[in-house]
Amino acid sequence: MSAGPALSPRARRQTAIPGFGLAFGITLFWLSAIVLVPLLALLLRPFELGLDGLWASLAEPRVAASLRLSFGAALLAAALAAPLGLLLAWAVVRLRFPGRAVLDAAIDLPFALPTAVAGLALTALLAPNGWLGAPLAAWFGWQVAFTPAGIVVALLFVALPFTARTVEPVLRDLGREAEEAAATLGASRLQTLRRVVLPALAPALLTGFGLGFARAVGEYGSVIFIAGNMPMVSEIAPLLITIRLEQFDYAGAAAIGLAMLLLAFGVLLLLNLAQRALRRGLA
Amino acid sequence: MSVIVEGLVRRFGATAALDGVSLSIREGEFAALLGPSGSGKTTLLRVLAGLEPQEAGRVAIAGREMAGVPARERGIGVVFQNYALFRHMSVFDNIAFGLSVQPRGRRPDRAETAARVRELLRLTQIPELERRWPDQLSGGQRQRVALARALAIQPKLLLLDEPFGALDALVRREVRRWLRGLHERLGITTILVTHDQEEAMELADRVAVMDRGRIAQFDAPAAILDSPATPFVAGFVGEAARLEGAVGGGVLRFGQAALPPLAVSLPDGPALAFIRPWDLLAEPAAEAADQGRVRQVRPGSQAQPRVIVDLPGGVALDAMARPGVPLERGQPCRLRLLSAQVFGADGRRENAFPSDAQAERDETGLPRGAAGPGRLPLRSG
Repeated sequence: MSAGPALSPRARRQTAIPGFGLAFGITLFWLSAIVLVPLLALLLRPFELGLDGLWASLAEPRVAASLRLSFGAALLAAALAAPLGLLLAWAVVRLRFPGRAVLDAAIDLPFALPTAVAGLALTALLAPNGWLGAPLAAWFGWQVAFTPAGIVVALLFVALPFTARTVEPVLRDLGREAEEAAATLGASRLQTLRRVVLPALAPALLTGFGLGFARAVGEYGSVIFIAGNMPMVSEIAPLLITIRLEQFDYAGAAAIGLAMLLLAFGVLLLLNLAQRALRRGLA
Repeated sequence: MSVIVEGLVRRFGATAALDGVSLSIREGEFAALLGPSGSGKTTLLRVLAGLEPQEAGRVAIAGREMAGVPARERGIGVVFQNYALFRHMSVFDNIAFGLSVQPRGRRPDRAETAARVRELLRLTQIPELERRWPDQLSGGQRQRVALARALAIQPKLLLLDEPFGALDALVRREVRRWLRGLHERLGITTILVTHDQEEAMELADRVAVMDRGRIAQFDAPAAILDSPATPFVAGFVGEAARLEGAVGGGVLRFGQAALPPLAVSLPDGPALAFIRPWDLLAEPAAEAADQGRVRQVRPGSQAQPRVIVDLPGGVALDAMARPGVPLERGQPCRLRLLSAQVFGADGRRENAFPSDAQAERDETGLPRGAAGPGRLPLRSG
């Protein structure tokens, strides 16, 4: 149809990608309905307490301790999951061994399993009378279950597939050629790993770390079984939110939620900035 | 650095990628490994580079046995098919990589490394790309970076795996000339893997034609074109068409009225003839059921168009039109066969020419042996 000169070129810019208006509209609507509006509610709810009340609610030592524990344990778990996930991805991509397909599938299990089941299993295993907990206690005097260490183990369990699965496609894409080229140029295996493979994987590792951390910091089901949930020692922030909800302290629960939201956003933003810096190096 | 390969075998499962390869390359020589995909040429290159183990046979480079020597200790420059540049490193760091991973005692210092890298950038004519990243380069530029990176370790042997595959035709020809010039200047023994015969013939001093894990022939380009050792070589190089015929009483007949018989001294029995486009002249003829017919005309050199001629029985042959005698699509035509490579039933090869009867019939017949690219005398019918 001829539109005539009435339409300015800006009003109807031609693009090969169809349905921009429709797609963008629907996306925005759903994003608002599912993510932005609930988050806005979370932002507004705590202020029912007033600024002073909000501050008092968060300054409680028990709240501060739970936030410290949640974020500390999640960061530690993600940091441990990054090298372990890299190793797993490496084994699945580069090595040929019997049962590789089974291992490949097993990596995804933590995605599928209800986390409470994982928590129960880990608790039974690591409890002072468990298969692994008993010898650990007898030989080293370590107690894992019902301590912060147990929380890290549970979070590692849920974070691991994220790092493994984000690194895997990049590793596959990297191919052997770059490593072979490094070898023909005289690099030892360690030099190849340190200077060719790891830098190429760094952005993916960082993404995996970020996803693993995000998953771990919000984890509830598996942790409450293994943590012991002692206030000030092994009580995670999501549990404290539940406790406040059970006491009908909705604003107080939202206050902790708001603190978690801001802290998590801060960490993810930092990770994203770091990644952009890394990518600029790659561009 | 000379390269000696003897009885090399490398299998992948049940298939032998290399099935007893023997090859001897002289110091400073530019050799090409030419063959269709799956003929084992890249595997041979990878075994030489130390990226693939040899199962049997021996490889000696500059007199040193290479079995068990890892790639990083061979000091061989390799340019990979997709260049395999390090994407997270600048062009400068890519080229400097080979210097920076040397053991501490031999590693050049920062200033010396920079000087060497700049020299290589000049040599490969890309000094302006020093600070760029591989993702920002064109195919031709990446290839030069890969070459500079391989040359940085001062290799005595350079291996190039299909280095022109990712370039467009125009750049390819230019880079080819430049690479040959670079080889003349540096004198590094070079082995090129390619499936493009034009590339192999233009670049290499000698070409090894590979067929299913073996070297079918290793010879100068002209020798490979003029006296192919096996039917495979004859069919693979020189755009030759393969025609089956029968020899009887010293005459090879094709069972095609449009194709004249050839005089041969081969035993009676089936024979294989390989006919190149410039050994076949097409000229207009009267309409007849058993004549050829021009399917397609495209301009060639010396005002002599190349044509594709359909013969009865579904055979299509590439031929040259007679200079000055225009042919049109769909026109009936007659073919004059100047010469052909014929392999007899006993495997012997002969460069065959038309039988005397044919020569007598063509009072304008061209002298024997006049065939060859660009060697056809220009004459108007």
